Amino acid sequence: MDKPQFVYQIYILSTAEKVWTALTDADVTAKYWQRSNVSDWKVGSAWTHGFPGAAPDVVGEVLEVDPPRRLVTSWSPASKANDPTRRSRVTYEIEQLGEKVRLTVTHTELTDEGLQSISRGWPAVLSNLKTFLETGRTIPDPFG
Amino acid sequence: MTDDMDLVFKALADAGRRRLLDSLHATPGQTLGALTEGQQMTRQAVSQHLAVLEAANLVTTVRRGREKLHYLNPVPIHAVQARWIAKFERPRLDALAALKIKLEGDDDG
Repeated sequence: MDKPQFVYQIYILSTAEKVWTALTDADVTAKYWQRSNVSDWKVGSAWTHGFPGAAPDVVGEVLEVDPPRRLVTSWSPASKANDPTRRSRVTYEIEQLGEKVRLTVTHTELTDEGLQSISRGWPAVLSNLKTFLETGRTIPDPFG
Repeated sequence: MTDDMDLVFKALADAGRRRLLDSLHATPGQTLGALTEGQQMTRQAVSQHLAVLEAANLVTTVRRGREKLHYLNPVPIHAVQARWIAKFERPRLDALAALKIKLEGDDDG
């Protein structure tokens, strides 16, 4: 395994199943992430990340799926989808610890400046995911 | 939640621990040995500070073989920012906006 560049972790009062749904459901992701994650979540399938109804900003492949525990996807800027040097990898690990879930997001193999900036948006995304799952509400502009 | 934030503030209330976070921000994925090299602290002191930072979830670790790699986890800092800074910034900006309207209104009148 390559050494990760970014490891983000958050504890959420929720269930592993709800966190899994929140990461993989297009409508739910749009609520707290603004952009939707869209895929059938089968190994080898494509996934896209973008504003609903618009062309995706990020595209990639589903590399590992083990619901509701582990999801691994490749990430590429949509304009560089076929350039392997611009491809990074995001791993989500979901662990149920009593009534809490520990969600760990690991971003590895990042080379692209644009994707580095997307990766730095993770704290806002994860905070808003926590707010959404714990209260049902979201921050309207999580990246503001 | 309040307890979690207490841990974050306590962890941040130490210059040595803040330096460790700066070091992990500059160079993610350092081992205890690498972190100790850049600090005016003993390995034991760095290890104790890292334990406090880990308890506050400000530092996460990844095992790679026999190595334990340390990462700055900025998520709790984001929560502090959202809870304590954005909240107080808003009224100040609103007050400035109100002042601007009042002053511009005076020009008109």
